[in-house]
Amino acid sequence: MPIEARRSDDGQTLTIRVQGRFDFSTHQAFRDAYEHSDSSVTRYIIDLSDTTYLDSSALGMLLLLRDHAGGDSARVSVENCNSDVRRILAISNFEQLFSIR
Amino acid sequence: MKVLIAEDSDSDRLILSALVRRLGHRVFEARDGIEAVALFVEIQPDIVLLDALMPRMDGMEAARQIKVLAGEQMVPLIFLSSLSDATELARCLEAGGDDFLVKPYNRVILEAKINAFNRMRLMHRVLSDQRDQIRRQNEALVEEQRIARRVFDNVAHTGCLNADNICYHASPMSVFNGDVLFAADRPGGGTLIFMGDFTGHGLPAAIGAMPVAEIFYGMATKGFSAADILREINRKLCKILPTGMFCCGAMLDADFKLGQLRTWNGGLPDGWLVRADGERIAIPSGHLPLGVQSPEQFSASMTVWSVVPGDQVIVMTDGFPESSNKQGQQFGEARVGQVLDQLQPGETPFHALMAKVQEFTGKPEATDDLTVCALRIIPYRQHQAQNDRPPESALLGPVDWHCVYEVREQTLADFSPLPLLLHICMEVPGLRRKSGEVYTLLSELYNNALEHGVLQLPSELKASPEGFGHYYQERKRRLSETNGHYIRFSLSHQPTAIGGQLKVVCEDSGQGYDFEHYFEKLSDVNQASGPRYAGRGLDMVRRMARHLRVHGRGNHVELVYDWEAAEGIDGVQPDCNETQRIADD
Repeated sequence: MPIEARRSDDGQTLTIRVQGRFDFSTHQAFRDAYEHSDSSVTRYIIDLSDTTYLDSSALGMLLLLRDHAGGDSARVSVENCNSDVRRILAISNFEQLFSIR
Repeated sequence: MKVLIAEDSDSDRLILSALVRRLGHRVFEARDGIEAVALFVEIQPDIVLLDALMPRMDGMEAARQIKVLAGEQMVPLIFLSSLSDATELARCLEAGGDDFLVKPYNRVILEAKINAFNRMRLMHRVLSDQRDQIRRQNEALVEEQRIARRVFDNVAHTGCLNADNICYHASPMSVFNGDVLFAADRPGGGTLIFMGDFTGHGLPAAIGAMPVAEIFYGMATKGFSAADILREINRKLCKILPTGMFCCGAMLDADFKLGQLRTWNGGLPDGWLVRADGERIAIPSGHLPLGVQSPEQFSASMTVWSVVPGDQVIVMTDGFPESSNKQGQQFGEARVGQVLDQLQPGETPFHALMAKVQEFTGKPEATDDLTVCALRIIPYRQHQAQNDRPPESALLGPVDWHCVYEVREQTLADFSPLPLLLHICMEVPGLRRKSGEVYTLLSELYNNALEHGVLQLPSELKASPEGFGHYYQERKRRLSETNGHYIRFSLSHQPTAIGGQLKVVCEDSGQGYDFEHYFEKLSDVNQASGPRYAGRGLDMVRRMARHLRVHGRGNHVELVYDWEAAEGIDGVQPDCNETQRIADD
C-alpha cells in the first residue's frame, strides 16, 4: 500500500505514511486516510520516510489536509523527508504552514 | 604376496619357506637381522616373519629398523619364537612386532595369521589412500578459498570502511562464515553501510555474497537510495538462493548534512544508536531477511532517526551475542546492553564491546565468527573534507546527448513517460543524487501539458476539497478522449565545469492556456487570503531551474536546469530566485 494510516494509542495522533511517489495517483487514498478518521484526532503526522518523489499536486493534498485539520490552528507535521523532498517543500515555503522535521 | 622370512636355523627356515610357498606366496630368505634389513629394502615385502634370536643382529633390532624403514606403510611383522616366556614374547611386540608364531609351526594357524594380517594391511592401505586424498583435497580447498577470497576482495573492496569515523571488526575469512560488510560514500555526502549474514557457511555463503557486493557498490556510487539497494539485493537473492538460504542484514544510511540516519534491520540482532549524551536506543529487526520475500511483498521501509555529531550507531552479526566462554555460556544480547550502559567517558561503544567479548570468551580467536561495525556521526564539513575524491563528472557515462520522446493518442491515457525519461537522465554520472528534483521538473511539465494542455482542465476546479476530487475524476474521464493529441519532450544534457546542464522542452497539442494570467496569480499563492490548493507547479519549477520560458499559447515550455556534481563545502544551494521568467511571442 502506498498510503498507510495509523492511530496512536490514545487516538489523538494520526500518522500517515506515504510510500514511493507522492503525486496525484495517491490523491484518493490520502484523502481517505484522514477523512475517515473520527474527530478525536488532534494531531497529524505525515511520515515521508519512504517517499521518493513529490510533485505539486502532493503539495495541494497537504494543504487540503491542513484545512481539514483546522487551517491555521492545525497541528500537522511533516517528518523524515529526504533532502530532495525537503528542498521542494522549502521552495514552496511550506515551512511557514507545517512543522517540517 | 611377497613374504620375507628371517631365520638362522637352516632347517627351521626350510620348513617354514616350504609351508609359505605352498600357501601360494613368494618367499625371500634371510639368515640374520642384517640380511633381513637389507633384503627388506631390496624387495619391499608385504609381510615379514622374523626369528627373535639370531646372530649378528637379533629379531628385536631388525624389527625396529624395519618399522622405521617402512614408515607410514603397514608391513605386518610376525615373530617366530620357541620362547614360551611371556615377558620375552611381550618384548617382541614392544619392539614393533604385530604378533608371534610359536614353534613348531602349525600350518592352519600360519595360514590364518598371514591372511588376517593381509586383510589388515589392505585396510590400512585403503585408509591411508583416503587420508592422502582428503589431505590433497583440503590443500586444494584452502588454495581455492584463498583465490576465491582474492576475487571477492576485488569485488567487495573495503569501500570507505577505513574512514576515520568507522570502526569495524571482520575476520579476513569472514566471507566463508557468511558475513559481509560494505561501506560506500554517497555521492552528495553521506555514508552507506551494509552488513549481511548469510545462512550457512563456506562456499555457498560466499557465492551469495558476490552479487550483494556488486549491487551495493554499483548502486551506491550511482546514488540510488538505500531502500532501492535493499530492494535490488532482495530481488537478486530471491532469484538465486535456494529456499532455506537467505541473508540477514542491516543497512545504515547516514546523511551528515541533514543530520539524518536511516536504518533497516532484517534479521540481525538489535543494532544500537548510542547518543553523544549516553542514551541508547535499540534498532531491532523489523523485517524479514533478504532473499525470503518476493519483490512485491518485500518492505524496504527504513526508520529515520535525527542525529547529531558524536552519536554512534553500531550493528553486529549474531556471532557477537552468541560468542561463548569455556563454560558454554553465551555473551547474550543483554550483556551488549550492559556494556553500552556502562561506557566510560571517552570509551567508544565499539572498543568497549570488543574488549568485553574477548574478556568473556578468554580467547581472541573466538572473534573469528563475528562481524561488528560502528559508525560515528560527524559534522558535514568534516565528512566533506575527509573525502578528497575526484568530482563525479570524472565517472564514465553519457553526459552530452539529446533525445526527443513523443507520447501520443491512446498512449497518453495508458502510460506515463516519466519513469522512462527519469531513467534516461539518471544515466548521467552524478545526476542521480538530484533525482528528486529532476523528477519534479519533468513531472510538473508533463502534468501541466497533460492536464491543462491536452485535457483542458482548469486549475480553478481545485479551489475546494470537493473540487480537488472532482478535478481528478474529470482528469480520468477526459483521458479517454486523447485522439489526435501528443506531448513531446526534447531533453538534452551537456557537461559543465562543475556538473551539467539539462535542457527540457515540453510541447503539447493542446490549445494552450492563459499562462500570463497564471503567472500573475502566482504572486497571490502565498498571500494572506490563504494558500490555494493548486497553481504551485510551474512556480516550483521556476525556482528550481535557471530559466523557464513559456512560448506560444502556453503549450511550449522550455527550462534549463543547472546542477553541481559536488556541493560546496558550506552546502549552500545556489539561490534560484533570480531566474528569468519570459513569456515571448
